[in-house]
Amino acid sequence: MAINYIFPEYEVVRAEKRCISCRVCERQCANEVHHLNLAENRMEADESKCVNCHRCVSLCPTRALKIVRTDNTFKHNANWTGEIIADIFRQAATGGVLLSSMGNPQPLPVYWDRLLINASQVTNPSIDPLREPMETKTFLGKKPYALARDKSGRLLNNLEPQLELDVPVMFSAMSYGSISYNAHESLARAACALGVYYNTGEGGLHEDFYQYGAHTIVQVASGRFGVYKRYLDAGAAIEIKMGQGAKPGIGGHLPGTKIVGDISRTRMIPEGSDAISPAPHHDIYSIEDLRQLVYSLKEATEYKKPVIVKIAAVHNVAAIASGIARSGADIIAIDGFRGGTGAAPTRIRDNVGIPIELALASVDERLRREGIRNNVSVVIGGSVRNSADIVKALALGADAVYIGTSALIALGCHLCRTCHAGKCNWGIATQRAELVKRLNPDIGFERLVRLVSAWKHEIMEMMGGMGINSIEALKGNRLMLRGVGLNEKELEILGVKHAGE
Amino acid sequence: MKRIYVNEKWCLGCHLCEYYCAFANSGQDDMAKALKDVVIHPRIRIEEQDNISFAVNCRHCEEPLCVKGCISGALSVQDGLILIDPDKCVSCYTCVLSCPYGAIMPSEAGAIQKCELCTKNGRGQPACVEGCPNMAIVFEER
Repeated sequence: MAINYIFPEYEVVRAEKRCISCRVCERQCANEVHHLNLAENRMEADESKCVNCHRCVSLCPTRALKIVRTDNTFKHNANWTGEIIADIFRQAATGGVLLSSMGNPQPLPVYWDRLLINASQVTNPSIDPLREPMETKTFLGKKPYALARDKSGRLLNNLEPQLELDVPVMFSAMSYGSISYNAHESLARAACALGVYYNTGEGGLHEDFYQYGAHTIVQVASGRFGVYKRYLDAGAAIEIKMGQGAKPGIGGHLPGTKIVGDISRTRMIPEGSDAISPAPHHDIYSIEDLRQLVYSLKEATEYKKPVIVKIAAVHNVAAIASGIARSGADIIAIDGFRGGTGAAPTRIRDNVGIPIELALASVDERLRREGIRNNVSVVIGGSVRNSADIVKALALGADAVYIGTSALIALGCHLCRTCHAGKCNWGIATQRAELVKRLNPDIGFERLVRLVSAWKHEIMEMMGGMGINSIEALKGNRLMLRGVGLNEKELEILGVKHAGE
Repeated sequence: MKRIYVNEKWCLGCHLCEYYCAFANSGQDDMAKALKDVVIHPRIRIEEQDNISFAVNCRHCEEPLCVKGCISGALSVQDGLILIDPDKCVSCYTCVLSCPYGAIMPSEAGAIQKCELCTKNGRGQPACVEGCPNMAIVFEER
């Protein structure tokens, strides 16, 4: 095109004195930003192709590279920002829906950062987790309302199937297809080592990963990809995906070009056919319909596995959760509006859904008020960034959290938000063999294990500070939280007092 | 004995091992100064074609042809490690010709050079192993 409306967003800055022209940047960039000027033995860059994934920055042996935001500017305008203008240029050129990846990057409120955690002083003792016992184990599933005894008075086991977690953290649903084989293997092995669970997402379960079944949650989504008896039997729990935080209300579309080889076999659809997940489940138009699917899955697996229903956090989430808690589901997973994705329409990702903190607080409150909180466990996800977010989530009423983005970052993701291009330089969100091999699962799984182990230590430290020695005593303990800089309505929904109260 | 092994499956062909090797044996403490505008002569080399690549350096063979063929006694085996004494080397290159892996090469200094597992350059751990971003080169007992 004769007029180039879009100016490159980033600049590649190379410290010429440090660059040794080893070409690692050139060899590692799938976007072909770098090249060697042979005549001058000098590296050069075409920054218009740069997605700011930092692969070159991280591998440069002399730290000669950095990526900076361009200071090329439009006339300053607080309303018509550069991003908004560039998006209009893009759509005027393509006529297409704008696509994005990963979670909502807009400067909307992060309530985790407006919540502060309590600690013991003088009147109640804090606990040192290095010297005293501290329990981070938790169980997910329906809890019995009463003890049951047989005729001779012996206790009967009336416990429904449970998931046992050594730490209240699970890896959220990311399909084989959206992420690579090696990323999946890293998650699966880490879940086993940590005593937690990872989630297949809706892409089915690769034959090689059936061995990790005891730590796998198998997902049944609207496309029903890869779902059959052995798949359901393989997992420790079954998750029905009704919605996703990054794109509530819409389905998914993995283009036919990505449905090759193992992905086609795992999804059980022909090579080259588009994998379209419809927006709704076409057999679910009510809570009663959902109940039928919940019980179909339970029947198929002989009532041995808990069933999770995953929904996106939307406006009337509390009422929906109340319905799900009566549908026979064992666990409700709620995904907030900052949850990640391999591809979503930008406008939907950035504008649909509600913050997970508010959704969690209102769901927990509603289920308690209706006396059905023990019907289900509540798992939340959608940008749980660190151990403090987890402690706050538990105190707001969650039983455990799902982490997706944090896990990918541990694997090397730099949040360049270009997953939809399929050229992930870190070997995560790609199916190109030469890129997939960049993520060695021997390294990946250890990094995940270290991350969650570190968080576990921090959770124990924070619980100890509060004088709490088990996850169970922290759950729903909103007195351990105070809000700061929140208005009365926000505090009311969160069910916490303001700092100083 | 701990040896360097190569996992071809994880080699990315990034060539960083070559540069870390050249730096480790440069005797300098700043990589940029050591290698800027320099044609490197590393003791480890990436072999590559299409999408397959792997690093090759001295295997420290149990029955080394290079040591057998050395006419001046410059090459010797000590605790399984094959070492070169450059003062004794007469640059006949018999070892270069006899190494089935192509892991011995003429050195800029006149003698020959080969991987000595970073035992002589004061690093302790092989630099190629430490610098490999994907654990495609490992240093272990097998």
